[in-house]
Amino acid sequence: MIGLQHYLVVSAMLFVLSIAGIIVNRRNLILLLMCIELMLLAVNFNFIAFSRYLGDETGQVFVFFILTVAAAEAAIGLAILVVLFRNRRSIAVQELNTLKG
Amino acid sequence: MYNYYLTIVLAPLLAAIVTGLFGHKIGRSGAHWITNVAVGISFVLSMLVLKNMFWGGAEAENISVYTWAVTDGLRMEVGFLVDRLTALMMCVVTFVSLMVHIYTIGYMHDDPGYQRFFSYISLFTFSMLMLVMSNNFLQLFFGWEAVGLVSYLLIGFWFKRESAIFANLKAFLVNRIGDFGFILGISGVVMFAGSLDYAAVFAGAEGIAAQDIEVFPGTPWNAMTVVCILLFIGAMGKSAQAPLHVWLPDSMEGPTPISALIHAATMVTAGIFMVARMSPLFELSTTALGFVIVIGAVTAFFMGLLGIVQNDIKRVIAYSTLSQLGYMTVALGASAYSAAIFHLMTHAFFKALLFLAAGSVIIAMHHEQDIRKMGGVKKYMPITYWTALVGSLALIGFPGSSGFFSKDLLIEAVKESHWHGQGAVYWIAYLSVLLGVFVTALYSFRMFFLVFHGEERMDAETKSHMHETPAVVTVPLIMLAIPSAVIGWYTAGPVLFGDYFGDAIEVSDDHDVLAHMGETIWHGSAGLVQHALMTPVFWLAAAGVFSAWYLYLKRPDIPETIKDRFAGVYNLLDKKYFFDDLYIKGFAAGGRSLGTFLWQKGDRLMIDGMMVNGTARSVGRLAGVMRQIQTGYLYTYAFAMIIGLTMLLGWLIWLR
Repeated sequence: MIGLQHYLVVSAMLFVLSIAGIIVNRRNLILLLMCIELMLLAVNFNFIAFSRYLGDETGQVFVFFILTVAAAEAAIGLAILVVLFRNRRSIAVQELNTLKG
Repeated sequence: MYNYYLTIVLAPLLAAIVTGLFGHKIGRSGAHWITNVAVGISFVLSMLVLKNMFWGGAEAENISVYTWAVTDGLRMEVGFLVDRLTALMMCVVTFVSLMVHIYTIGYMHDDPGYQRFFSYISLFTFSMLMLVMSNNFLQLFFGWEAVGLVSYLLIGFWFKRESAIFANLKAFLVNRIGDFGFILGISGVVMFAGSLDYAAVFAGAEGIAAQDIEVFPGTPWNAMTVVCILLFIGAMGKSAQAPLHVWLPDSMEGPTPISALIHAATMVTAGIFMVARMSPLFELSTTALGFVIVIGAVTAFFMGLLGIVQNDIKRVIAYSTLSQLGYMTVALGASAYSAAIFHLMTHAFFKALLFLAAGSVIIAMHHEQDIRKMGGVKKYMPITYWTALVGSLALIGFPGSSGFFSKDLLIEAVKESHWHGQGAVYWIAYLSVLLGVFVTALYSFRMFFLVFHGEERMDAETKSHMHETPAVVTVPLIMLAIPSAVIGWYTAGPVLFGDYFGDAIEVSDDHDVLAHMGETIWHGSAGLVQHALMTPVFWLAAAGVFSAWYLYLKRPDIPETIKDRFAGVYNLLDKKYFFDDLYIKGFAAGGRSLGTFLWQKGDRLMIDGMMVNGTARSVGRLAGVMRQIQTGYLYTYAFAMIIGLTMLLGWLIWLR
């Protein structure tokens, strides 16, 4: 029988995977954006699992909201990425160190 | 009379402003006309005031002109106290000032700073009048500092000369020491009497004398003694008493009219005037009077000795001035305030005369001041010669001259001042003024003979141009020679014994040596002249003149022999008792090295190095370490956030 526990484990694995993606990835900014999306999906997973477990639909409504915001965010993120590429002719993460003091 | 007083004070100020600010517009003749007329007005009105006091029986007036500020019950005012003491001072100041103004037309004839000079001396006249006419301590202090400022400006009048700049700075700094004491004294007066007004302070004098002050904890001093000695330290600075005398000889760097007006006749006597004005205070402290008399005696004798070895004509007279100021101070210390003021007056005439005569010689010699290069000037400059002779005779106290009356009576007063006890104080004072007479005669006539008699030692070029100076120079000489010769004869009786000063000067009964002398010695001017022939004073002066004649005219080789024989003494005198060395190499250099030490170690090392820059450097170093953490890569920051979040979660879950 697949219970709440299994869902949460999957969700946690997805989340950790996305964190690892953010930290380990040095090449591609697109991968970074995808990892962030993945993180949100992992959270969504939690929402749905708990919604089902508790019999409360509010969680599922929230997921829709999050998906919408994530879509908008992805659009903005990609737009920034395009501008960045135009400016620097590269989207490699290890070259983006202007924050260095 | 109110309008008179205002005019007397403001006319010179107005003239100073006009010549100072619009000097180029009004031109050279405009400058000397305006200032001469203004000082002339002051002089005439001052004479009227004196006449009203002397013959008209006018009462002393105490007028408040303007209230500047009132704070916590302390009124700061501008006001005039015109009593008989003030009236006498006003006449002396304006008369000498007028003579010097006229003389300056000739002396400064070719100087590019003509208008500036007239502006300064008129400003000086204003300041000095403010000082003597003041009715409160604050205005006294204003006048005190203003004359000091003008003195500074005029000593450095030829500001391109290195030595003049050195001299005016020296005068300013030495006067600061005195003024520090003076302002402490005024503060003491305000503290103990709670007022700046003369009348109020003098009325409460007994109250001050009844209090004690512990400057050093555990040793109570009488408040009056402390206040009086502090005030007198101010007088020591301004009136150049040892050990604050060092600035006066150097002040001779200024033009000669200034030496006559400021550094002989008026400004340097401000200290004497001030102590006489404060007589109700000084009378209540015998200790302070003892201090005054010893300082004066030391100055009178030892500064006179220095005059013997000087070769600059103006410096000889400068040391003579120091010595005569010492005489006045001794008289103050002996409670013979009237005698001090009387000597101040006669000295103002004959010393201004001597300086102006010296200036006349200097003009003729084309600004050569070394008396070794003069000699035989009598033949070329008869008017200067005779007036200088009158001045010198008055200075040494030749019977009948003005200096005779003032100095002889002053010495008698010191002799009578037994209330100082028969101890060291009395004998130091009496012997100093007595032996000082011989010294005075010696240096005066040494200079006189070297300049006017003997062989002509100037070069041929100068000799061919020698002639008497123009009338603007000789007329003031004659005008000053007249009072120098005769004023003592007519005024000695009324001023010293006729209670001229009334209640302007207060002397307690057991100190009143002049009243005692009035009963014993004084039998009219003619009587005093006869009496003088039997006193040591006259014979000492005669011996001084004879020595000068023998040493410098008859046998000019002897001084050289003496110089070689007593090289140690000569060196001591030539170096002026090493006061300059002590001050310049000791105090000034010590102060500078202390300052350098504090600057290098305290300021640059401690404050700049360790505190200010040190803090900045530590922050910088720490930041240098910290910035190594900042890679600038987004994933590092994300990683740090995750780690932090994990640790927070771990803490929440397991450790709480």
